[in-house]
Amino acid sequence: MSSNIPTDLQYTKSHEWVRRMNDGAVEVGITDHAQSALGDLVFVEVPDVGRALRAGEACAVVESVKAASDVYSPVGGKVTAGNPALASQPELLNHDPYGAGWLFRLEMNVSADSSGLMSAGAYEKFLADESK
Amino acid sequence: MAFIPHTPDDIVRMLEVIGVRSMEELFDEIPAELRAKSLSLPPPMCEMEVARLLTERAALDGRPLNFIGAGAYEHHIPAPVWAIATRGEFYSAYTPYQAEASQGTLQLIYEYQSMVCALTGMEVSNASLYDGASALAEACLMAIRSNRASNSRRILMPRAVNPTYAQVARAIAGNQNLTFESVDFDRTAGRTLLAALQAYSGQDFTALVLQQPNFFGCLEEVDALTDWAHDNKMLVIAVVNPTSLAILSAPGQWGAAERGAAAAGQRGADIVCGEGQPLGVPLASGGPYFGFMATRMQYVRQMPGRIVGRTVDVEGRPGFSLTLQAREQHIRRSKATSNICTNQGLMVTAATIYMSLLGAQGLEAVARSSMQRTADLVAALCAVSGVKKAFSAAHFHEAVLLLDRPAAPVLAALARRGLLGGLDLSERYPELGNAMLVCATETKLEADIDAYAAALAEVMSASRAAA
Repeated sequence: MSSNIPTDLQYTKSHEWVRRMNDGAVEVGITDHAQSALGDLVFVEVPDVGRALRAGEACAVVESVKAASDVYSPVGGKVTAGNPALASQPELLNHDPYGAGWLFRLEMNVSADSSGLMSAGAYEKFLADESK
Repeated sequence: MAFIPHTPDDIVRMLEVIGVRSMEELFDEIPAELRAKSLSLPPPMCEMEVARLLTERAALDGRPLNFIGAGAYEHHIPAPVWAIATRGEFYSAYTPYQAEASQGTLQLIYEYQSMVCALTGMEVSNASLYDGASALAEACLMAIRSNRASNSRRILMPRAVNPTYAQVARAIAGNQNLTFESVDFDRTAGRTLLAALQAYSGQDFTALVLQQPNFFGCLEEVDALTDWAHDNKMLVIAVVNPTSLAILSAPGQWGAAERGAAAAGQRGADIVCGEGQPLGVPLASGGPYFGFMATRMQYVRQMPGRIVGRTVDVEGRPGFSLTLQAREQHIRRSKATSNICTNQGLMVTAATIYMSLLGAQGLEAVARSSMQRTADLVAALCAVSGVKKAFSAAHFHEAVLLLDRPAAPVLAALARRGLLGGLDLSERYPELGNAMLVCATETKLEADIDAYAAALAEVMSASRAAA
């Protein structure tokens, strides 16, 4: 099953996406592939503003009727916003995973290393390999 | 008869698939010194021999007249409770596998949850836990997950909380880096004073545990203590006796009434737990028990255990199903809200039938009668020379008495007369001196109380003469 992978974003092996914002901050969400695998989401827990996150740290939970899964921070940084709309409308994450369904925003650490993030092409290949 | 369905051939084939030579090899992870060498069991017995052995052992308990409570309470259980609970349709220890195929069991648990919510004044209840003590441990862990305003993982645990519960909470939650700060009780009143808590004002604690009535049977000033905890950004974990809730204020209403309007959502305990045994479960040598737990809807995803919900099927017909399972261990594994909890299906069945049969009025009658019997008992025993009441606070159906000599030999002498006179507190609370905890429920008649007072007077004067 092919999924939507926008080319202007970067990706992780745990199926998060990262968007570079104009102000230097980054926005994080889960990919179309991830939301589709989870099924209908019923609850989303986002990190508190001000929380310092290490790259790879579990910091959000997306819960469907089948499973509750952790979301990992793609880079190190400090949380500047959690998507407030998800508390009452978790389905936004299913309908618009790269837009209205964003999870949180981070101010990256100066020393943050984002070299491990994948391009859209690399993520597409990763998904193809994973499904083999 | 072997209850394991695998044939030796099955076992060999399964071991082959996972590449292991023998069943023994599966246990290689466990160091040799931790493994039992031999169970040194006696030879097997047939059913008739076992029945005889157990009957003889049971008879050794005798049929003592019991005045011990301390967390386990002897109440009258109407005959239909266990006649119905042991019907084949209900007779299961847990929620069944393929739960939705057992609509009757699910409906019963749903009704149970509704009753627990009504008793505690909370919004949501789980399907029960092992017992009151482990329910408190789970409540402490849940508070850590729920209170985002606190980072300390520290919990205030008054010494007036049942010491066994506090010990179990320390054993379970202590291994998950929670620490507990003891808060002393007032020696005169027998309860936790606001002044004792105020020493911790402004400090980061995750939660305050409040037991009502406390271990001494005394009533805590829960409204003031709850408001203090909320003012200091702590959650309140209530440990309550379900019988007492028929006449005491529900934990959901703890706190000053005017606060409810002023600070919406801040009134009342945040997590409520306790021991369900008083609701139709008989006293037996150490068990079984069941824990109950309820909370605010905002914390429902942090609550351990299972929850049954009511819903409709595709044709709009009402039905019941397990809900909020996504955080249970069969899905979340090590990240589950708890990996040591289960529900106590059969005990919950009995409790639900007990509450249905008694109703609100019946439960209130049990509570009032127990409270009156204990008042009568305390008055009768304090009339005996060398016995006095330890604390001034109002109490429910238990009280601490002080003797003019150590309690243990007195209780031993009473036991020889077929009387369980109370719990010796000298080990847990040495600072109280010769203290014992006594309890009378509605099962104790006036004649029983008179018999206890007379026996105590005899024992006390006999030992005085001997001295």
